[in-house]
Amino acid sequence: MNIAIVIILGVLMLAAAVTALYLKSLSAAVIAAGAVSLLASVIYLLLAAPDVAMTEAAIGSALTTVVFLYALSRMRGTKKEDPRD
Amino acid sequence: MADQLFNIAAVIMLISLVLAIVRLLIGPSVGDRAVALDAMTIISLSLIGWIALSTGRGIYMDVALVYGLISFVGIVAIARYLERGL
Amino acid sequence: MEILGGIFAIAGSVFLFLAALGLIRMPDMYDRMQAGTKATTLGTMLFLIGLAMAEPQWVGKSALLILFVIFSNPLSSHALARAAYHAGISLGERAACDELAGACEDEEETA
Repeated sequence: MNIAIVIILGVLMLAAAVTALYLKSLSAAVIAAGAVSLLASVIYLLLAAPDVAMTEAAIGSALTTVVFLYALSRMRGTKKEDPRD
Repeated sequence: MADQLFNIAAVIMLISLVLAIVRLLIGPSVGDRAVALDAMTIISLSLIGWIALSTGRGIYMDVALVYGLISFVGIVAIARYLERGL
Repeated sequence: MEILGGIFAIAGSVFLFLAALGLIRMPDMYDRMQAGTKATTLGTMLFLIGLAMAEPQWVGKSALLILFVIFSNPLSSHALARAAYHAGISLGERAACDELAGACEDEEETA
């Protein structure tokens, strides 16, 4: 039961990671990377590591998202992204 | 009996997590992906509660609390970036 | 009591499943937001109530989590909807009128 859930969540995490590689829009790729760290946090919790899960949730899901989006909004030379793609 | 009911609930939550991540993968706009990430956060919050119940450790509920607090900051940051840049 | 908690958990997970199904099936981004935030709030509340019934020593943590979900989830959905509207994501084809832009005046007179 437990290992089956780990396998399902791992497959979902792999799909989100591959999608983050192939997306054209950079902000959508940042959101997909946030989904990867979300699923990684749940997998760490299933593998009985609550402290690692808490750290992954704090750093991967919030801090890297905020830092990436701050860097994207401060980049020069790129035109404003179309929000519809 | 109650454990089996909770296991069925966990299976239904896994199916809904799969559906939400499908919307995150195929969503045509950035807003769709952000909404799907929000829904995935809430569903995995419930899933963490189920893990805490099935393993019987109370500290996992603290992980769920920290997780909800932190992911709320992430969603609000995404919304602010979509509105006018961070 | 534990059986009742299990039934509450089943109801909450069914609401979560309906939210994810609406996230797939809805035609418009704002409809998806409607399905994906309200139903998940109710589903999480029901599941955590069931969890607190099954394990009575976790009532404090479950109540704190329910309180936090009630406060944070509508706030984040409101921020997302406002951001999507100001970023220029259009309403769906079947939307009647745009009330935030003040385009509903003739219908208010007839109604």
